[in-house]
Amino acid sequence: MKELLPLFVAIPLGLAFLMPVFGRISRFLPDVLGNVATLALAVLSCMAINSPTIVYKVGGWEPVKGAVIGIYMVLDGLTVVMLLIVNIVGFLVCLYSVEYMRRYTDKARFYTLFLLMMTGMNGVIITGDLFNVFVFLEISAIASYALVAFGTESEELEAAFKYQVMGSVASGFILVALSVFYWLTGTLNMADGGKALVEQGQSVGALFACGLFLMGFALKGAIMPFHAWLPDAHPSAPAPISAMLSGVFIKATGIYVLCRVLFNVFGLSLTTSHVLMTLGALSMIAGVFLAIGQWDMKRLFAYHSISQMGYVVMGVGIGTPLGILGGLFHLMNHSTFKSLLFLNSGAVDYSTDNRDLQKMGGLNQRMPVTGATSLVASMSIAGIPPFNGFWSKLIIILAAVEAGHYSLAGLAVLGSIMTLASFLKVQKYAFFGRLSPVWEKVKEAPALMCVSMVLLAVLCVGMGLLLLPGVKEGLLDKAVAVLTDGRKYANVVLGK
Amino acid sequence: MIPLLLAFFLFLIGLYGTAVKRNLIKIAIGLSIMEYATFLILALIGYREGGKPPIMVKGIQEKTLVDPLPQALVLTAIVIGLATTALLLSIAVRIYHKYGTFDVNEIRKLKG
Repeated sequence: MKELLPLFVAIPLGLAFLMPVFGRISRFLPDVLGNVATLALAVLSCMAINSPTIVYKVGGWEPVKGAVIGIYMVLDGLTVVMLLIVNIVGFLVCLYSVEYMRRYTDKARFYTLFLLMMTGMNGVIITGDLFNVFVFLEISAIASYALVAFGTESEELEAAFKYQVMGSVASGFILVALSVFYWLTGTLNMADGGKALVEQGQSVGALFACGLFLMGFALKGAIMPFHAWLPDAHPSAPAPISAMLSGVFIKATGIYVLCRVLFNVFGLSLTTSHVLMTLGALSMIAGVFLAIGQWDMKRLFAYHSISQMGYVVMGVGIGTPLGILGGLFHLMNHSTFKSLLFLNSGAVDYSTDNRDLQKMGGLNQRMPVTGATSLVASMSIAGIPPFNGFWSKLIIILAAVEAGHYSLAGLAVLGSIMTLASFLKVQKYAFFGRLSPVWEKVKEAPALMCVSMVLLAVLCVGMGLLLLPGVKEGLLDKAVAVLTDGRKYANVVLGK
Repeated sequence: MIPLLLAFFLFLIGLYGTAVKRNLIKIAIGLSIMEYATFLILALIGYREGGKPPIMVKGIQEKTLVDPLPQALVLTAIVIGLATTALLLSIAVRIYHKYGTFDVNEIRKLKG
């Protein structure tokens, strides 16, 4: 496995570079190659499941006199979980794009940008070096700005501009935080820097850097006071890209790095724990209240992303093993049901050319697969028992009660009820009820789009099984252990 | 310490421009100011009082050398900054074609 680690970055990056050439040779080559590459990445990430913690030194640069000089790639429990969701959702979305992206003119360029985004996300997840995180963050961010503007209509351009301004401000904060971090520790390696910070003890500089990191990654992850760009940017992108952005992008480049930096480098203090819980609860409630009034299907889903990310941040912020388990499990589950919901909205948009809920109705009769899968996803996100969303929300609420935060548990229940209400609204207006005569001739989405939606729906139903004893130890517990161990991460990576 | 604080002040000026200005191009300029302030901060962190360029010459042992790593970081960050600025300005040009203005107040098809 150790030799295969760089492939997570190399495969999509290499193919993205060559894609415009292949696009000139044949019209179908980009489709085939894009799917083969993302499938290969998904298989690779599945192969990583049972591997022990691996540290890969890029270029073979060993430490000199105890000082880390090269870039490290680290594969541990948390990395595996993130790689799994990014690459599996990435493959299913790529499969979906084959048919969906026919409406746009240049598919080869779409795949170029899509693979660059995958490169960036995989790189951010796998690297153990802070500046490397910044570089990969920018690669994926630039690709995603361009993808939001892909339709080049006025709304898309406006959303892309807004998104890019907010994204660049976030990058600015992260870069300043990074320079302060380098100033304090004299290294950019997360493990090495974390160790140096432990030796120095508490300082104003470390607090300043921590705050700047928090602001930067909260902006990237659309946590409440920094959320304003998300409800514009995510709905304006083509549906597969909305699914990627909401499903995995905000997690990989926002929440994941935030957790990594706060837990493994700076160490979770009582203050950061309280900040995370407050921000999480705020976005959880405000997101859902903003969502319930929306009539544009994709906009409604986008506001729910803010709300569900609130659950994740709150769960992780509680800081107990149970809370972290709930947060990480909800993060995995959200990536499946939210990308499924966006793909559903894309299928509706593909068949009816309409996103306004008030104009829909009775689409179940004409689009049975889309209707059924969206019902599964809606029940998952609302937390109805057999589906995966229920289990993770239950764990988060239990963790809040266990840690004595009764008000947070109450807010989580309230958020869940409001989520249920707003998804009943989606189901009632879009899929149930009387078929309006306008949609008599509507057809179901093409087969490949249905295949990827059905596969995601199967994941939504089946992922609750990850909590079974035996399965839980292999995947989730390892990821939770990485965060609960906190600054022991340095010893694991540096091998002491 | 004072140059560092001044560079951070420049960063805040850029942030102010990005947040307050109503013209797309001015917002882009604000972002560029932020970026360059960050580069300055990075370069200043690598600076040593009376430091020499970090080039090893056989037989000569310099006592204080400037830290070369932040300079390498700044070069990388400048390349990234070039890409973002180019993309941002090309989006601004396309917006101008669609709306006929750079004024944020008139570019309002989205609710926000």
